[in-house]
Amino acid sequence: MFDKDKLSNIESSLIEYEKETEKLLEKRPERKKVFKSGSGEPVKTLYTPLDIEEFDYSDSLGMPGSYPYTRGVQHNMYRGKLWTMRMYAGFATAEESNKRYKYLVEQGSSGLSVAFDLPTQIGYDSDHALAEGEVGKVGVAIDSLKDMETLFDGIPLDKVSTSMTINAPAGVLLAMYIAVAEKQGVAANQLRGTIQNDILKEYIARGTYIFPTEPSMRLITDIFEYCSKDVPKWNTISISGYHIREAGSTAAQEVGFTLADGIAYVEAAIKAGLDIDDFAPRLSFFFNAHNDLLEEVAKFRAARRLWARIMKDRFHAKDQKSMALKFHTQTGGSTLTAQQPDNNIIRVTIQTLAAVLGGTQSLHTNSRDEALALPTEDSVRIALRTQQIVAHESGIVNTVDPFAGSYFIEAETDRIENEAMAYITKIDELGGAAKAIDDGYIQHEIMDAAYKYQKEIESKDRIVVGMNQFQVEEESPKGLLRVDLSVGEKQKERLVELKKNRDNESVQNKLDNLRNACEGDANVMPFILEAVKVYATLGEITQVMRDVFGEYQQSVII
Amino acid sequence: MENPIRVLVAKPGLDGHDRGAKVIARALRDAGMEVIYTGLRQTPEQIVNAAIQEDVDVVAVSILSGAHGTLLPRIAELLKQQDAEDILFVAGGVIPDDDIPELLTSGVKAIFTPGTTTTETVEFIRNNVRK
Repeated sequence: MFDKDKLSNIESSLIEYEKETEKLLEKRPERKKVFKSGSGEPVKTLYTPLDIEEFDYSDSLGMPGSYPYTRGVQHNMYRGKLWTMRMYAGFATAEESNKRYKYLVEQGSSGLSVAFDLPTQIGYDSDHALAEGEVGKVGVAIDSLKDMETLFDGIPLDKVSTSMTINAPAGVLLAMYIAVAEKQGVAANQLRGTIQNDILKEYIARGTYIFPTEPSMRLITDIFEYCSKDVPKWNTISISGYHIREAGSTAAQEVGFTLADGIAYVEAAIKAGLDIDDFAPRLSFFFNAHNDLLEEVAKFRAARRLWARIMKDRFHAKDQKSMALKFHTQTGGSTLTAQQPDNNIIRVTIQTLAAVLGGTQSLHTNSRDEALALPTEDSVRIALRTQQIVAHESGIVNTVDPFAGSYFIEAETDRIENEAMAYITKIDELGGAAKAIDDGYIQHEIMDAAYKYQKEIESKDRIVVGMNQFQVEEESPKGLLRVDLSVGEKQKERLVELKKNRDNESVQNKLDNLRNACEGDANVMPFILEAVKVYATLGEITQVMRDVFGEYQQSVII
Repeated sequence: MENPIRVLVAKPGLDGHDRGAKVIARALRDAGMEVIYTGLRQTPEQIVNAAIQEDVDVVAVSILSGAHGTLLPRIAELLKQQDAEDILFVAGGVIPDDDIPELLTSGVKAIFTPGTTTTETVEFIRNNVRK
């Protein structure tokens, strides 16, 4: 809050400044009529206290580590512990991926992040007809506990934290992880990590859904409940704006739609009888980092403040931890170019700065070659080194939230919070996130933004270096990572072997029990765990659930 | 007035990244074409059947999952089997340059990689569609 007299002085000098600037512009016009942020929002020449008249330090920011968490969720942020450098990786077989994980840990990676192939993410075994050509391509193929044992061989699960990008069958993969840990002698209550488990954004943007909305929400709340008792250090969901942004949304839409999804999960859990402060501290978020450094920093700050306010005012959370929005960041895949791929290292550096200045808890940096294929080991190392250079050489980690108090940053933080809140209000009016997705509202809004962005690139309103300007003649890139088709064959052979050697009677029993649980209203997690332990496959378990729950029908929006 | 060009935009396989497919669908529609979008998770059989039933002039598929080597030749093969080779079959997505010659031999008429403008795609379709 600024002094009224002082504000009016600033106003007079601003008017003077604008007049003078206008005169100068007659002689030397600006490069563009309108300057826009990365999300297409107009940006003014100058920001002053007049843009944040309502600013009140305690109300708008507060101290780091306390409500409304605008400045960060820890008191001293990176002076205590750096963010977790968590590189998303996984391809081909469990053996290959296991080697990459060990390499990443040797190179200083502080947490694992598992990429599963598409059949695994959609609950098909590698021998399913729809898995043809997809096995091991975008991640590792996991068909049963056997593969999971191989994946984490020699990696002590009480020492690492593991993030798994798995949604529709999240409960099954979590159960496999718990079972592997048990074989290593590590109790479930020691396990640290995250499952993505965010089905709503799959319907919106990412596409690896299986079941309809209602049973999907039940599976999610079953996991919340199970973990709050048995796996208390596990983050049970990673509510993701990342893919919403990749699908083409603006920064404010990323916050608005993601928090609207978050609200839907909280409401579902409360409806299932859970107490807000029992599960909300284990909710985590996942955001994108794009190239407009200042807009992105403001976005992260706005997301934290808005979530804190929602948890306090709307859901009456009492535990401070329920109000603190923790998040993982990944640099923006869609910002990378296939042209002059080394330039992507610079983009990723800017995005890393944005994530760190925005107060992220963990970060994946994309590799320069990801617009072309899965990254090679060399490219992944450069991406990890980018984080290490920012951490140890840039100096931005020395103090908490260094951009706070900047007129522009605070005005942007307000703008993004307000725009995001307007989306949440609109979605509430439509009947909540699930309904707004079924109606195609959210997808349509994102698509409008995506199409506008593409047109701006084509008209050169938006310059992408190396792609629509500053091009060079290039040779085809060499040395890309390739996953050959024999991975699919290997996985099929393993399935035959597995089904020959396991106790098929127990498998059938456990699957029958699971079916009963799905048909009733018991928590399904213990039943999934039992089935996993006798080596029922992911496909078999998911099929039981498909039989009971049915499958989601996508609304096709263009 | 000539009949508008009819295009089936399709997502083969399990890949859920449909931003490209949707952007192309809108751009083709804005260019005056009639566009049908299949939605996600279509098998090659479903795509070719839809193309024939809808009597389209063009099949445009988008794929980013790395399964192009399996799925695109399969679609080309099915089009051949159905005597529908006169349907212009094009594809776009994250497809390494080294894979392109083989895909073109298998019957895909053009591969559009990242950075291609929608204008280029529209032009290619206009110049190469059956008359």
